[in-house]
Amino acid sequence: MKPSAFTYHAPKTLAEALDLAATLDNARVLAGGQSLMPMMNYRVVQPEHLIDLGRISELAFVEDTVEGLKVGAMTTQRTIERSGVVQKRCPLLIDALFHVGHQQTRNRGTIGGSICHLDPSAELPVTACALDAVLTAASKTGRREIPFADFPAGYLTSSLQPDEILVQIDFGKWPARAGAAFEEYAVRPADFAIVSVAARVALNEDGIITEARLAAGGIAPVPTRLISIEAMLKDERASAALIESAAAAAAALPAAGDDMNSADYRRELAGHLTQRALSKALQRVRP
Amino acid sequence: MSTHDISITVNGKMHKRNVDSRLHLADFLRQELGLTGTHIGCEHGVCGACTVLVDGATARACLMLAVQADGRRIETIEGVAAADGPLHPIQAALSRHHGLQCGYCTPGVVMTLLELQRECGGEPVTEADIRRALSGNLCRCTGYQGMVDAALEILPGAHTKA
Repeated sequence: MKPSAFTYHAPKTLAEALDLAATLDNARVLAGGQSLMPMMNYRVVQPEHLIDLGRISELAFVEDTVEGLKVGAMTTQRTIERSGVVQKRCPLLIDALFHVGHQQTRNRGTIGGSICHLDPSAELPVTACALDAVLTAASKTGRREIPFADFPAGYLTSSLQPDEILVQIDFGKWPARAGAAFEEYAVRPADFAIVSVAARVALNEDGIITEARLAAGGIAPVPTRLISIEAMLKDERASAALIESAAAAAAALPAAGDDMNSADYRRELAGHLTQRALSKALQRVRP
Repeated sequence: MSTHDISITVNGKMHKRNVDSRLHLADFLRQELGLTGTHIGCEHGVCGACTVLVDGATARACLMLAVQADGRRIETIEGVAAADGPLHPIQAALSRHHGLQCGYCTPGVVMTLLELQRECGGEPVTEADIRRALSGNLCRCTGYQGMVDAALEILPGAHTKA
């Protein structure tokens, strides 16, 4: 249970890190290490070079801007969950972080690391999916913005190129009269979720849903935005019957199972969790 | 493979070593410094036995490289109470309430409760807060009730169960 040998690099600036990413072969970027280190201890991953972003202070920030909340990729989960700005500008993140790992791992785990790792049971990628967060990737040749919808390339795989590093996550503006909730089911609290659902709804003054955002984790190898259900909800009056029909639609979505949890079970969970997340999100709508 | 000169302050004492890049912090503490109170259970961040404080915040010592701890301040179970002195109140309470049996997970549990005690800063802590903090430390002996009772006794305002 020891990693195979590698050369360790600790750049102090993003520019240095991008230089290393552009020139080194078989290199992995180390963020908080709460997923990559176990994989290296197991030797599932055996990089020749490890580029540790932990000393790059410019990548850890929480910014309240006119375009909405922007979070630096190396901001720890613990910093985000305790941030008053995040509580005000993107409370869904706080709700999601309640389920992430343990305090001992959230102290070091980062938002960027979790989003790039793309574990199907992880809460932060599902949240980024629901809000269609815009991810900024940097390389020596410049920066590009990637909508979350285009970010996953497959199971545990992002579409970042080997010379690119995720630097910022942009969660956009939080709408007026909106409420959000993150619900998941795990066998033990704080354990890996089998299925999770993130929801945000915005209402107009007459109680009509003007926007619904819904995403699920655990029904596919990557987070799934539930666009068809969002469309069912939009322009409708929020009601228990509407939530029930949305939940029934979630329980009828295609799902992939594995040896531990069948597709049928995951579908059923998706239905119940959609019901809970939407109900709670609607209760939380604030004027 | 690379090696690195590092300086780490452990329990108030500065240590300088040259380490392999792949040496993790738990092995560094145990093998380089002889501080075997930090236990290694799973070595993949699940069990919490190797929990230490890094700049005051709990961390899995098996998921952190020694070289990452360069310049940082580490606290381990050895620093919680003087070797020949009385137990720390958390340790004494765990003992009184039978919050340990085999003791393997105990150093990690103490570090977790120490962080909880410092972070609450005198604000009331509920049983739910305690159970949530301890969810990161696996114990296969006690069933946790003794640990929860110990924490309820020593943490502020936690006497009413949540």
